[in-house]
Amino acid sequence: METVAEVATIPSTQPGDHALALRAEQITKVFPGTIALDRVDFNVYRGKVNALIGENGAGKSTLMKIVAGVERPTTGRLLMDGKTIQLHSPLHAEKLGIGIIYQEMNLCPNLSVAENIFLGREIAPSGLVVDKSAQRTRARELLHRLEHEIDPNLLVSDLRIGQQQIVEIAKALSQDVRILIMDEPTSALSAAEVEVLFKVMEDLKAHGVSIVYISHKLEEITRISDYVTVLRDGKLVAEARTQEIDVPWIIEKMVGKNPAALFQKGHTEVCEEILRVEEMTLPIVGGYTVDHVSLALRKGEVVGLYGLMGAGRSELFECLAGVRPEATGRVYLDGKLLPAGNVSERINRGIVLVPEDRQREGLVQTISVAHNMLLASLRNYFNGLYLTRRKEQTAVAEMVKGLSIKVANPTQIITSLSGGNQQKVVVAKGLLTSPKILLLDEPSRGIDVAAKSEIFAIMERLAEQGLACSLSPRS
Amino acid sequence: MSQATAAPIKKSSGSTWTEIQQILLRGRAFIALILVVAVFTVIAPNFLDAANIEIMAKHVAINAILGIGMTFVILTGGIDLSVGSLVGLCAMIAGMLINQGIILPQFGVIVYPHTWLIMFIAIIAGTLMGAVNGLIITRFNVAPFIATLGMLYVARGMALLINNGYTFPNLVGRPELGNTGFPELGAGSFIVNYSIWIMIGFALVAAFVAQRTPFGRRVYAIGGNERAAELSGVKVKRVKLSVYMISGFCASVVGLIIASQLVAAHPATGQFFELNAIAAVVLGGTSLSGGRGSIGGTIIGAFVIGVLGDGLVMVGVSSFWQQVIKGVVIVLAVIIDQVQARMQTRIALQKQQELG
Repeated sequence: METVAEVATIPSTQPGDHALALRAEQITKVFPGTIALDRVDFNVYRGKVNALIGENGAGKSTLMKIVAGVERPTTGRLLMDGKTIQLHSPLHAEKLGIGIIYQEMNLCPNLSVAENIFLGREIAPSGLVVDKSAQRTRARELLHRLEHEIDPNLLVSDLRIGQQQIVEIAKALSQDVRILIMDEPTSALSAAEVEVLFKVMEDLKAHGVSIVYISHKLEEITRISDYVTVLRDGKLVAEARTQEIDVPWIIEKMVGKNPAALFQKGHTEVCEEILRVEEMTLPIVGGYTVDHVSLALRKGEVVGLYGLMGAGRSELFECLAGVRPEATGRVYLDGKLLPAGNVSERINRGIVLVPEDRQREGLVQTISVAHNMLLASLRNYFNGLYLTRRKEQTAVAEMVKGLSIKVANPTQIITSLSGGNQQKVVVAKGLLTSPKILLLDEPSRGIDVAAKSEIFAIMERLAEQGLACSLSPRS
Repeated sequence: MSQATAAPIKKSSGSTWTEIQQILLRGRAFIALILVVAVFTVIAPNFLDAANIEIMAKHVAINAILGIGMTFVILTGGIDLSVGSLVGLCAMIAGMLINQGIILPQFGVIVYPHTWLIMFIAIIAGTLMGAVNGLIITRFNVAPFIATLGMLYVARGMALLINNGYTFPNLVGRPELGNTGFPELGAGSFIVNYSIWIMIGFALVAAFVAQRTPFGRRVYAIGGNERAAELSGVKVKRVKLSVYMISGFCASVVGLIIASQLVAAHPATGQFFELNAIAAVVLGGTSLSGGRGSIGGTIIGAFVIGVLGDGLVMVGVSSFWQQVIKGVVIVLAVIIDQVQARMQTRIALQKQQELG
């Protein structure tokens, strides 16, 4: 009943005294069988950054899709400058000055930087022929503003992931946005690139642009945002000014329980050395991505490998897992020198990689949860003629229980799982090969705090059972 | 009280309705087949005669056997355009071996192999041509479309070269040479024609391989996400090579069946068969982008195409209209496929969210 009062007097619900650029009021979005958003209020303040936080599946993306005109709310309304607006399409939202940078890259790799920036809004004075030089000049200006001197003529496929993200931002800037939604823009950026992005955000704020910022990185949020809005299970939990709160407050609101219980570092018994790597080298044109790296790993040990994006962590893991046949160096497992081998040989010997990019490298999207999980260990269920169902089902059931994977039925398609559960399936696939060494490349990428802590707890437990893990979390 | 009981019933009836929709959509190829059969049974009175059914099944067997090989290829995300030409080439090889034998000029003799050996040689030839497809695709990174398009021309050209474009007629062999009996493959029967048994046998083995063996799982995984499959220890190149060999093998068997049925080997045999095979696979619900589909679907797809074709002929629809109808049916099938895929994801999502 307090909601009625809220609707009547909009300003009173604001924790701050800044002017509202946009307000989403009592938004409810019902999908078949589920309520994605339940009477959520959301404010976008003029010239301020509002960070939208919540676990995976909390409704952030749905809310942003509604604000960007991709989805329409079941009930509730959007107010822009105090007037109710109806968004018919993303294009319509764009015309009103609402821009969105999606989490998944939305660029055409086969087109140039300039062509991507002006895709669908080509500069064509006559209406027929595209003025390419004008596009290039304008693109160069935009990129200059972002402190990235990327040649507008380059193909997007030739850019690094971080640079592609910059192009994505430039594309949004080219539209004269008043409200800019950024869905995890830093997930692929290096620390230096994040700094540039933050500078650009400050610059945009100074020009009166309002920003909605979605991220899982809480340190970033406390640094860059002016307001914080927390969603949990489709409901608005809290809205506050960032200066009045801290990281534990955010975690508590997000998860709904004491954060101290989430991160636990148990004691592990460290035993004899199991893996030794000497002089691992991966040459590329004009240098090395992995330059004579040596390291050792003990049984029951969890070793963290740190480094910026592009420092060669992923590449080192790929060398160990047999993905890079051109790598040189010596790998000793249990004191014995391993011959150079491909992925399946390394898996047989007990080294398995859980790759960084679960959509591109970890999962087969078209098949079921169970078939994904079993893919790397098929020979364990093969009796010479066929795969025995009983053995398969036992293995799957064990993993679903052991890693507490939330799945209604393992035969359902993998893409129906949430990000965190998909990640657990990839880890389970690795574990089913009964590895001696598990290489986890950023196992917590793109998943929420609760799932993250669960994954870390699983690794802790595995290490106690004598498995050596090597992980490379983002620095 | 009554309200409390009414609510759950309503909910369950709603979910059964979506389940029924699901079953209907998933079994759409089968439903289409039943519809087609029903319509023709009404219009053409002798449509369901045992003799007519066997004739149709013989026609279906050709597309179905090619479709089985094609299904494996398409499941990996590839395509094999060369199967029609391989059918012709293998038919010509068999024809040559029966009528001309193997000429060994350096010894001044002609060797006439036994009929079984002839069939074996033709099958090996088809499988090897499939292997060439696979090697070009995996070793030289050529797109399957291009590699097999090249093979389409090369194999057809070779089929024409074997006898200068002429047919090998009257493939009965000669008793004194011990190479008789080839027509038995096409004409002989055990209850029904042998080609129908071959189709049934191939379908059962292929469905088993696809569902219950590591090879089958790997085929699906490669089509769904090649990189992920590779990182899971799947030897991608080896599996891809195998699927093109399977396709070539199926093509060679079809070549033998047709040459035997006609008791002649014509170099143009099998023209456009690749398109019928692809149509059967697609009608059966296999996604051209790979990773999704089934052998059972392909068999039903082959039946839909075969029954539709023969039925339209029996009813007396002009061959021009037959083509129009066939085309519409294929495109319609893919549209329904998209609808079903979307619905399936939605239902899976829903189940997941109910779980929390």
